[in-house]
Amino acid sequence: MLSKAKLWLSLAVGTLLLWSTGAHAAWELNMPRGVTQISRDTYDLHMTIFWWMIAIGVVVFGVLLWSIINHRKSKGAKPASFHESTKVEIVWTLIPFLILIAMAVPATRVLTAAYDASASDLDIQITGYQWRWEYSYLPQSADEEEVSFFSTLATSRDEISNSMDKGENYLLEVDNPLVIPTDRKVRFLMTSADVLHAWWVPEFAVKKDTVPGFINESWVIVEEPGVYRGQCAELCGMDHGFMPIEVHALAPAEYDEWYAEQQQLALAEQELASAELSMADAMSQGEDIYNRSCVACHQAGGTGMPPVFPALAGSEKATGDAQVTIETLVNGVPGTAMAAFGRQFNAVELASIITYVRNAFGNETGDLVQPADVNAIIEGGQ
Amino acid sequence: MSTSSAALDHSHDDHHHGPAKGISRWLFTTNHKDIGTMYLWFSFAMFLLGGTFALVIRAELFQPGLQFVEPNFFNQMTTMHGLVMVFGAVMPAFVGLANWMIPLMIGAPDMALPRMNNWSFWILPFAFTLMVSTLFMEGGGPNFGWTFYAPLSTTYAPSSVTYFIFAVHIMGASSIMGAINVIATILNMRAPGMTLMKMPLFVWTWLITAYLLIAVMPVLAGVVTMMLFDIHFGTSFFNAAGGGDPVLFQHLFWFFGHPEVYIMILPAFGVISAIIPTFARKRLFGYDSMVYATASIAFLSFIVWAHHMFTVGMPLAGQLFFMYATMLIAVPTGVKVFNWVATMFRGAMTFETPMLFAIAFVVLFTIGGFTGVMLAMTPVDFQYHDTYFVVAHFHYVLVPGAVFSLMAAAYYWLPKWTGHMYDENLGKLHFWMSFVGVNLLFFPQHFLGLAGMPRRIPDYALQFANFNWISSVGAFLFGFSQLILLVVVIKCIRGGKKATDQVWEGAQGLEWTVPSPAPYHTFETPPDPSLIKDQ
Repeated sequence: MLSKAKLWLSLAVGTLLLWSTGAHAAWELNMPRGVTQISRDTYDLHMTIFWWMIAIGVVVFGVLLWSIINHRKSKGAKPASFHESTKVEIVWTLIPFLILIAMAVPATRVLTAAYDASASDLDIQITGYQWRWEYSYLPQSADEEEVSFFSTLATSRDEISNSMDKGENYLLEVDNPLVIPTDRKVRFLMTSADVLHAWWVPEFAVKKDTVPGFINESWVIVEEPGVYRGQCAELCGMDHGFMPIEVHALAPAEYDEWYAEQQQLALAEQELASAELSMADAMSQGEDIYNRSCVACHQAGGTGMPPVFPALAGSEKATGDAQVTIETLVNGVPGTAMAAFGRQFNAVELASIITYVRNAFGNETGDLVQPADVNAIIEGGQ
Repeated sequence: MSTSSAALDHSHDDHHHGPAKGISRWLFTTNHKDIGTMYLWFSFAMFLLGGTFALVIRAELFQPGLQFVEPNFFNQMTTMHGLVMVFGAVMPAFVGLANWMIPLMIGAPDMALPRMNNWSFWILPFAFTLMVSTLFMEGGGPNFGWTFYAPLSTTYAPSSVTYFIFAVHIMGASSIMGAINVIATILNMRAPGMTLMKMPLFVWTWLITAYLLIAVMPVLAGVVTMMLFDIHFGTSFFNAAGGGDPVLFQHLFWFFGHPEVYIMILPAFGVISAIIPTFARKRLFGYDSMVYATASIAFLSFIVWAHHMFTVGMPLAGQLFFMYATMLIAVPTGVKVFNWVATMFRGAMTFETPMLFAIAFVVLFTIGGFTGVMLAMTPVDFQYHDTYFVVAHFHYVLVPGAVFSLMAAAYYWLPKWTGHMYDENLGKLHFWMSFVGVNLLFFPQHFLGLAGMPRRIPDYALQFANFNWISSVGAFLFGFSQLILLVVVIKCIRGGKKATDQVWEGAQGLEWTVPSPAPYHTFETPPDPSLIKDQ
């Protein structure tokens, strides 16, 4: 008996220790209440149905446990002979039915509200790519520039491969977060450029598939400024686990400021595309982008993972005619995992990547590709 | 007659001989018991293989970061784990039980179509060899999840997808043949006096399951064929760029996939409905309502498929219809659970291993049912969908649900199959290790899902770390505990206490009127009608 007591004691102590070490909310048991009306309604529905299930469980498992304890042969129980009762069957058909109706009514109300995406103040198109998101703010008047950017995982590969300590927002941080205003109705128009993805931010209770060739819609009115994080929720291939969502909700005035700034940047970018790029700039920016966006498939050192993901080091496409390298990057290779990156990066970025690939990993072409060269291919293709 | 041909003489001799010797017994057998045994061994082998894949997944998820496998291989593991468990472990195991038990339960000498029976088993090993071999092919095996949503499984798939499609075709053919055989046997070969409403529930649930199989396996065959055409012949069923629709794939897949869920659980209901009355020593409560509830569940299973697709962007009316229909399934399922509890209530229970597994089934399957009702609520499903909450839900209905019922069935009928009692101590050890392991494995996944962890990811944010390692510890405990079952079965085949014909004190039904082990041929003449009792 003593050894049994000791065992229980050590188990209890062990459990306590475990609980105390997991300090940073790592023992979260429930879904967040969120920061929108819909998310709070959803949470309340979730808790109501949860407590109904607990209540039913207590009754059913209670009777079961009672029977197990009392109606056992070892206690001399004699089996009763009853084996049917239409009355009882009707009762336990009707009661669950009524509970379900009681749940279906509020569920219908919340769903109908969640489906009303009309009268939005602002429309943002979300496009899923393998494996990043594109956010495009649809211009509300003809004199606005379209603000559009890609949002890619910012966690370094070193953290993922355990050669570096993991940061607080490991796998939930991006380079360019989506920025939205609070207290305004923001409508999301969702689609995909390749396979299915799903855009999910738990604090908004928004989860919607992005389907190539189709546009789904959803909306939020965020009530508190803050940073909200989510992840792709639909299996989309190799790096499905590595395309997070980060949303910065700003107070309306701050948002307007940010948006005006983006308008300026959009104009500046157009000018930049016609500028000349220096070799040093191209190589450093190219390396940066390569390590964020290309390295998953083509690997550090450009070794690739043949045969699915070809090596870049010494490859014909990377070291031959520069036109071929540009076309491959801009248009992708149909039928393979190589996506068309022409829309995912601007001309300066594309030129930098190509310059980097053609001059790194022992590929010494010495070529410097300019944004204008890239634009020629993009425009030629259209 | 003395001039009758040698061939006739030979066939006359055949009639009396026992099993053939050596490997040809198994290759050419048309005996329902041999075929049932092969199905059961095959499914156990697949269970261990699929379990190994699951342990690769849980090992990788033990800690944040990538430790053991690349993301692409991780995806192959999740895909193969699902496919092997669904098509290789659970479905063939129930077909094995059907082969062994249905003829014994209805007083038939064998299955109605014995040669087809042999064929439907023997194509399975080829199908799975083909499918698993893709892991060693250039570009790797299927990596698009067991639900293989297009276009990830078509335009973006590794080239081995064609082998996968062919393997699915073979598995489907096997299932359809098995289902035809079950229906033909039950409808035509019942002993005199065995009316439909006197059939054991296992027979009833299998009859209904067989109709589900015949209705939906051709849809699966159709959808993989459409994939094949998209990949190789330039069609665009699922390619939006060519005028197709990726969501069409999901409608077709889940029109198969949802009834498939019930294909894996209805026979389990039958097993549990046999075991609980035996060990409660009391007739099953509400036999008629059990039959009607099974039929209702089967009917409803055809009109709820899009509840797997609440986030694809259906119109509001569609969402509401599928929500209401799905919630409705809780009613007949509840009736079943209430009936089992009412059967145990005021019985005289003992707790041998089959009963332990059966009681655990009732409790843990019901927990899976509770989360099922929660998932049915469309607006809340937006939060649950494609998270570990769903993973926890369907593993609760499939592992301590369907798989526990299979364990219960194995312990329950092993004495009838082998003629020996199994080792009760080892059986109980197996039960308790499995029970603790399975809950440690899957219960924390509810929390992970609610806290926001998506499914099918090889690496996760730090706040998910604690419940993930607990889940992984549970996985290894549960996984290795299954080797105890292997030991129990082998020990039981080799020897042990002689089993009586009756085996269990409270057991009812024709299978307990034949000797233990059941002779190679049973019910060559129909059983005495007085042996057939009301259920």
